[in-house]
Amino acid sequence: MSNEIEAIQDPGLPAHVHREADVDPIAEKRAERQVAILFAISALGTLLLIYSYVFVPQDLFIFVPVMGDQNAHQLGLGLGMAISLFFIGMGAIQWARTLMPDTEVVAHRHEFRSPENEREDFVKTVKERAGTAGLGRRSLIKKSLGAALGLSALTPLLLLRDLGPVPSKELEKTSWKSGTRLVTDPGNRPILASDLEVGAVAQVLPAIAEGTERALSDIGKDAVLLIRLRPSDFQLTPEKFAMTHDGIIAFSKICSHMGCAVALYEQQTKHLLCPCHQSTFDVTRGAKVIFGPAARPLPQLDITIDSEGYLIARAPFSEPVGPSFWERNSQ
Amino acid sequence: MKRLSRYRRHKAAAPLLLVIALLAIGTTFSVASATVKQSPTTFARSAAIDEGKQLFLKGCSSCHGLNAEGGAIAPSLIGVGAASVDFQVGTGRMPMADMSTQAMRKAPVYNAEQTSALAAYVASLAPGPAIPEDSVLNYERDGNTAEGGELFRNNCAMCHNFAGQGGALTQGKYAPTLMGVEPKHIYEALITGPQSMPVFSDKTITPAEKLSIIKWIKAAEKEPNLGGASLGRVGPVTEGLLGWILGLGLLIGVAVWLATKAR
Amino acid sequence: MTKAEKTLGSVANYVDERTGAAAWMKKNLTKVFPDHWSFMLGEVCLYSFVILLLSGTFLTFWFDPSQREVTYEGTYAPLQGLKMSAAYASTLHISFEVRGGLLMRQIHHWAAIIFMAAIVGHLLRVFFTGAFRKPREFNWILGVGLLTLGIVEGFLGYSLPDDLLSGTGIRIAEAIIQALPVVGSYLAFFAFGGAFPGESFIPRIFTVHVLLLPGAFLALITIHLMLVWYQKHTQFPGPGRTEKNVVGYPLMPTYMAKAGGFFFIVFGVIAFLSAVASINPIWLYGPYTPGQISAGSQPDWYMGWLDGLVRMAPPLETHAFGHTISWNILIPGLIVPGILFTGMALYPFIESWFTGDKREHHLLDRPRNAPNRTALGVMSLTFMMVSLINGGNDIIATHFSMTINQIMWGTRIGIFVLPPLAFIITKRLCLSLQRADRDLVLHGTETGRLLRLAHGEFVEVHAPISAEKAWTLTSHEQLPALELSETDSRGVRRPGGIKNKLRLRLSKAHAVAVPKVSADDLKEIEHH
Repeated sequence: MSNEIEAIQDPGLPAHVHREADVDPIAEKRAERQVAILFAISALGTLLLIYSYVFVPQDLFIFVPVMGDQNAHQLGLGLGMAISLFFIGMGAIQWARTLMPDTEVVAHRHEFRSPENEREDFVKTVKERAGTAGLGRRSLIKKSLGAALGLSALTPLLLLRDLGPVPSKELEKTSWKSGTRLVTDPGNRPILASDLEVGAVAQVLPAIAEGTERALSDIGKDAVLLIRLRPSDFQLTPEKFAMTHDGIIAFSKICSHMGCAVALYEQQTKHLLCPCHQSTFDVTRGAKVIFGPAARPLPQLDITIDSEGYLIARAPFSEPVGPSFWERNSQ
Repeated sequence: MKRLSRYRRHKAAAPLLLVIALLAIGTTFSVASATVKQSPTTFARSAAIDEGKQLFLKGCSSCHGLNAEGGAIAPSLIGVGAASVDFQVGTGRMPMADMSTQAMRKAPVYNAEQTSALAAYVASLAPGPAIPEDSVLNYERDGNTAEGGELFRNNCAMCHNFAGQGGALTQGKYAPTLMGVEPKHIYEALITGPQSMPVFSDKTITPAEKLSIIKWIKAAEKEPNLGGASLGRVGPVTEGLLGWILGLGLLIGVAVWLATKAR
Repeated sequence: MTKAEKTLGSVANYVDERTGAAAWMKKNLTKVFPDHWSFMLGEVCLYSFVILLLSGTFLTFWFDPSQREVTYEGTYAPLQGLKMSAAYASTLHISFEVRGGLLMRQIHHWAAIIFMAAIVGHLLRVFFTGAFRKPREFNWILGVGLLTLGIVEGFLGYSLPDDLLSGTGIRIAEAIIQALPVVGSYLAFFAFGGAFPGESFIPRIFTVHVLLLPGAFLALITIHLMLVWYQKHTQFPGPGRTEKNVVGYPLMPTYMAKAGGFFFIVFGVIAFLSAVASINPIWLYGPYTPGQISAGSQPDWYMGWLDGLVRMAPPLETHAFGHTISWNILIPGLIVPGILFTGMALYPFIESWFTGDKREHHLLDRPRNAPNRTALGVMSLTFMMVSLINGGNDIIATHFSMTINQIMWGTRIGIFVLPPLAFIITKRLCLSLQRADRDLVLHGTETGRLLRLAHGEFVEVHAPISAEKAWTLTSHEQLPALELSETDSRGVRRPGGIKNKLRLRLSKAHAVAVPKVSADDLKEIEHH
């Protein structure tokens, strides 16, 4: 198409236009002064930095409009550094723009592809060299090399094996056992059923022996949220209802989607919301997912009270808590 | 007072609670009116209840019912207690201006005296959480900031954000910011569970722990910006926005200047 | 001759006597670099990487990458007496007790934000101008690799301080690993040295963050730059600029001063941001424990789109034969990003396959002159923006009086509807701009002067545009679509009929253009 029709012609590089500083000595002096001033501002910035580091106490706060109360030490250091660096750059660029040569230079490009004969020769050589190694013919060598390379890739996999233990049943277990008391988090105080009003929530963990410490990995599976509703609010199957106690229902706080703590309980709607990905669970229907990406309800903990009236777990969780994994039997 | 409130939900303690509630209202009332230093007489108490009832009939009964029994669009107020009234009315949430959204904090419609009269009236209907006395609210003395921070992150941050700036709930509801809220109102919200907020019982979070939470919130409120403008303390969203607009914007600006020919 | 000139001359002499590199160095000192603001985006990436290395090294002097539990006894009162990991405690130490430590932490984090933003900006510039075409396909792939590494490196850095926000991020990363079919739980246990969070993860990712990935970055950046140097920079079309030359300023001294100065500009701007704007105030987040969470937990912006995709995913899981597959994690977390990034890396080859264009290109396309490619770019960008918006839906909801449910549904629908719409609109817009160019070349610019003709009609006087401008607007190529017959020369059907059809369709779509003005057109108009 464009071959047949005559195209508009390239007028070639436009003529060079001189800058003021190129032709006018006064402008040149002015440009020189501008660059020097920019560098001088940079020096002032460094002085501000040194002053702030040495003389401004770290707990001094000053009021800055728009930004509010600011730490003078941090602000002085930062602004000093910013000014000192920024104006070195400005000076250098202004120097290049006004005083260094600004005539556009043309350099030639060559096509990367070598001349036809050279390239053909090269391709031929590669083929020949490969041929002398007999890559195509000696299939036994090729296959055994492939197998050896493939096997050797197992080495790093093997050596990385001791990074951690195998999961075995770890992901399916929590510290909750039949009879474990529910205690407040933080505080570790046992909870009477009567401690919770209707509409109340409590963050709880399983009781631990006096003097022992909780590992974070235990909290990551054990955290439970207690919610008290009116028993008439529930729309649960008889089995699930039997797992509640006097309107108190307990759910794993670890989201069944990606393991964030689900604890945004809305008292009026009785919905639980996960702040990470906005999965919404309906507490009255056993934490059924009503919105968002989670695919399973939060596991419910079977609770009752012991002889002293404190809330305890009647049984451990009947399913693994937290996000899904391949070995999880979710049926 | 602390020991008493531990048994507040005990059935036998209900009449006792009523007395305490009335005492508390009376005290608040007397402080507000600043005329009587002595405990109010029975007469003054019933006068406050009467005044509250009049205010209620005028300003609240159209939604909450003539006897505060609730209606189609508003809950019953029987048994919500004086603390609930003091919170809702004292923070300007009630009366609601716009029924379509959740009640939000605004300038209160009723003055302190009227608020305590309304509280006295609602508290007279059935026992409920009382307004905490000022002596109970000495968070500076009884609270612990670090402990409060831990409690806050465990119980409050999921809705109100790590710095108490508030956050989104479902269907357009939101947890409001906690900045600038009076300690008394925070305390009342914890024990009454207003709107979407659940109740935090005195057994699971003790009154002393509640004061720690308040102390932490007040510390966060007063905390000056240590590393520059706070960007709203809402996390990486505003940081990313500023990085693109101001950071890359400034750099592109300089690049454009760099690539233009000087005069 | 001044003293400075003499000294530099002796240095040059000294170097050559020991390397014999005189010819090579002379050639490279006069190497030509074309000037355009958008060519500086790549330099922003390079310079912020250097700043990341410098500030990161500073931070390692005090940072203790350990999840060992300690009791905080530093100066920040609201955390005193709390149990936390040594990593978190040492980050607090850097922030409050090391003078300038907070500034350096903020410089490091702001530099990371700018680094990633500049990479994306640079990538968009390269894509929309067609700079990835032969012979630069390999450099494009390196760039995609650097972007991917940057996302990983940034996420690891965000995870290191072990605050509540970063711990939440690690929790989600762990859930993604755990969701992998068959090997997921094993990989997660190996990575974390046992159950989440364990005490091994932060020390491990620290090594990856400060040693392995920066090393990979250095290697890839070096090759990336060597290729740019060797292949010479592309240039925008214009008078005197051809496929066979490169027009610009010589390296020494003009470009050296500009590029060198620009390093200080980048450092200065990042230091300015770090002075005036707080970033990642970990002391407010508190130490990580798995039972706690903050409203509005977000990743940094370059991970935000991924989080947004995960948020909008449908609640799908397969439960069968005693196993669980979490499609709600795998699709948005691995499959979609995998397809996107693979497609992006292979795009130069895909384009050259359907255009049949195997020639070298050193002159850039104006985005309007490649409407199909530009539309595809805007389409992908729209996809990312919709995801990113959903990644911040909770913050947007509270600040713009919306509901998270509305935004979620809006983006769930928008992710399918908006990108194709963006494609159509962009393509039309490009063609309109081509038409405007054509009109401009044919009829010149409007002067605003009215002329009354003899018979009373008013016409506006148009001034012809300069020869330079006319050339710039018409110098681009307009290749016709491929013509592949379905049968070969002997009348036998070609194999891979569907593939051929697809190729033809893409080629045809790519060749859609408003015919550019030729010299003949201009002559014709002169006769009127």
